[in-house]
Amino acid sequence: MNDFIVTLSETMFFGVAISLICYGIGTFVNRKVKFPLANPLLIAAILLIVILKIMDIEYETYLSEAKYISYLLTPATVCLAVPLYEKLQLLKDNLKAVLLGIFTGIVISAISIWGVCVVFSLDESVFATMLPKSTTTAIGMAVSEEMGGVVNITVAMIAITGISGNVLADWVLRLFRVTEPVARGIAIGTSSHVMGTSKALEMGETEGAMSGLAVAVAGLITVLIAPLLVGLY
Amino acid sequence: MKYLKQFGIIIVISFMGELLRELLPFSVPGSIYGLVLMLLALFTGVLKVSQVKDTSGFLLDIMPVLFIPSTVGLMDYFGVLSDIILPVLLVCILGTILVMGVTGRVTQHIIISMDKQKGREINE
Repeated sequence: MNDFIVTLSETMFFGVAISLICYGIGTFVNRKVKFPLANPLLIAAILLIVILKIMDIEYETYLSEAKYISYLLTPATVCLAVPLYEKLQLLKDNLKAVLLGIFTGIVISAISIWGVCVVFSLDESVFATMLPKSTTTAIGMAVSEEMGGVVNITVAMIAITGISGNVLADWVLRLFRVTEPVARGIAIGTSSHVMGTSKALEMGETEGAMSGLAVAVAGLITVLIAPLLVGLY
Repeated sequence: MKYLKQFGIIIVISFMGELLRELLPFSVPGSIYGLVLMLLALFTGVLKVSQVKDTSGFLLDIMPVLFIPSTVGLMDYFGVLSDIILPVLLVCILGTILVMGVTGRVTQHIIISMDKQKGREINE
């Protein structure tokens, strides 16, 4: 049996196949159950973690095959330019609101992290680790490293933030009664980067385009003001 | 062939983005440089939307799936996170709700008040 599992997990397509099957199950459950936590990505990830643990397969082994899925992430992010280009006029019309909105989001994020760090009396390196958690992974890793954070933990926090945004977006926007599509997109992209954006794309073209824009702009602003914020802490 | 050609264009722009990341001294990922390059190409007319539309639509469609491997990667972090799990979850979950809600409200408020202002100008 064990030999069988080893052979199975070492075939090139095991990781990709099982990921897609779990995502398929996730979409199926999502369609049947109208509940925010029944999110396809969340269900797929939990199923996969359970399966890997039960079959005693290392994450490294899984990743050596599943990395071909992640490979498409850079080209997909590049493609966010297409809906954005198509909504360029809408962006021009709302430029002031968009920029002020993103900036507000970054400030709120920094204040909430500051608050938690003070309450739990955590030191400067933890603050630097947490600060870029709303940015996309590549930006967050760079900021964390430069500011003396723990890059590993930053990466994990970016993933938890992204999945939270992806899962909760519908519910949060309803709770705060945000109905305007541009505002919805900006809110998602600023708070939960590209993982949230994949949810925004499902809501509509405008939401997706604005969310993609917010990821890029919020990421760049975070890079610029991180030294200032860490200095203040 | 249509899809292959479109995929080719997108991959070349991704490559140029990665190249810029290597050449320029800023901590900006290649995908963001690529996004800006793609936007510039469309804006200047070097590329037409129809030349990338189908494949980009497909890639954007499958985007949630692309995050599966990195999310599963959290399984290796349970140990590292256990010491600070409470602040981490507070910041990641409550923080995200707060940032998303407030950002949405503020953006929406400005858009609506600017629309009203414009409406008034047109009426006058």
